[in-house]
Amino acid sequence: MTETPPSLAFTPLYDLHVELGARMVPFAGYSMPVQYKLGIMKEHQHTREAAGLFDVSHMGQAFLVGPDHATTAAALEALVPSNFKELKPGRQRYTVLLNEDGGILDDLMVTRPAGEENDGRLYIVVNAACKEQDFAHLRAKLPGNVVLEELPERALLALQGPKAAEVMALHAPQAAEMAFMASEEMEFDGIKVHVSRSGYTGEDGYEISCQAGTAEAIAKALLADERVEAIGLGARDSLRVEAGLCLYGHDITGKTTPVEGNITFCMQKRRREQGGFPGAALIQKQLVDGPKILRVGLKIEGRAPAREGAEIVLPGTDKVIGALTSGGFAPTMGAPIAMGYVPAAHAQDGTKLEVLVRGKALPATVTAMPFVPQRYYRKPA
Amino acid sequence: MSTYFTNDHEWIQVEGDTATVGITDYAQAQLGDVVFVELPETGKTLAKGDEAAVVESVKAASEVYAPLDGEIIEGNEVLVDEPAKVNEEPEAGAWFFKMKLANTAQLEELMSADDYKAFVDSL
Repeated sequence: MTETPPSLAFTPLYDLHVELGARMVPFAGYSMPVQYKLGIMKEHQHTREAAGLFDVSHMGQAFLVGPDHATTAAALEALVPSNFKELKPGRQRYTVLLNEDGGILDDLMVTRPAGEENDGRLYIVVNAACKEQDFAHLRAKLPGNVVLEELPERALLALQGPKAAEVMALHAPQAAEMAFMASEEMEFDGIKVHVSRSGYTGEDGYEISCQAGTAEAIAKALLADERVEAIGLGARDSLRVEAGLCLYGHDITGKTTPVEGNITFCMQKRRREQGGFPGAALIQKQLVDGPKILRVGLKIEGRAPAREGAEIVLPGTDKVIGALTSGGFAPTMGAPIAMGYVPAAHAQDGTKLEVLVRGKALPATVTAMPFVPQRYYRKPA
Repeated sequence: MSTYFTNDHEWIQVEGDTATVGITDYAQAQLGDVVFVELPETGKTLAKGDEAAVVESVKAASEVYAPLDGEIIEGNEVLVDEPAKVNEEPEAGAWFFKMKLANTAQLEELMSADDYKAFVDSL
């Protein structure tokens, strides 16, 4: 029933998705599973209660390769507002590529691989929909001694949920000891993989980068565990909204800065003070004076989901002050939630606003994010 | 009592000039987990093709259209509190609304169960 236009690309797990009964949809140029037989709601709940396996092989993986760490980190720092010079080996950090106006070109994860042999290498993972532009942007902006090496032959899997660590330990014992946002090379049932303890659901879990030809064996080994279910893009989206995490192109765009997007956690002290990234003057001014608009979380009364594009108004008026950038029904909460931009004056937690859905004004309250508590792994002291 | 279908995946059960309208099993499977239903107001007069109800899944919002001209005489309030019923029993307990038909001759434009099955198989 689902016809796939021939122009779509396939991940190494396409056959497995079909075999598992996934409903495949076009997403960022790939044929991807939006849900499996369980359905979005149960897949979402399963990830919160046990463990979910996600195929995120459509995302763009690459290395930045320079003569030494200081050179490669400096080259990247010229394009992003985060501190990579002081990022320790074996650690990962979230950042954003900026345009000259301080707007966000994409959000990405950057890892400094451990080991002498990896000195001067940074491993990056960018959004599928942005990867061509990102790679072109990096190639255009990087100095001559730092090159971009794309990794199109690599797959990427995410195992997320409170049982992820127990399951992973059966195949890659080393993974159990990793701290949140740590990254290591290891073997998974004897297969060479690159594992980071991170994800995009708000749960503990891992991202496993491997050669395309080994992805199916790894996925099948994980799915053979009764604690693990395959999870599609539908639940991936509802999980990340509950976790308060941004979807590029929606919650953050080329027209919003990291300050407006409320993701200043990606800007470490030295970078905030010294600048030296695109749009620094504007962003530093926003850090001091406060932004004019801010991304906020909203809890919406009643049951009706309010979705991207719905207008936000001041209660009892027709005055539109913003719009939702993500929104829907939150399975964990059994209620609708959303994110959107409002003027800073209306961004305080507890502020009462309204969201227009099919002409009806639904009461909404500005709410601190994440909506659902994060359960990232903290190493025992 | 006869049951008819539309190519918008609605079923219509007709008794005299009263029609009970819901969405088909195929439609609920396509929508996925239903989380919200908005029903038409009783007394509202609708023409065939007018937007009558809204059904929202985790993924997206969809409209349920009036399959025939008529007046809404009842909405299934159970769905407001238990929208998941649409997934569980789409062609039975999870009817959306009942309408008093203005023109029963319009029934001839609808599909029979066999026609609908052939239509779904062709999708």
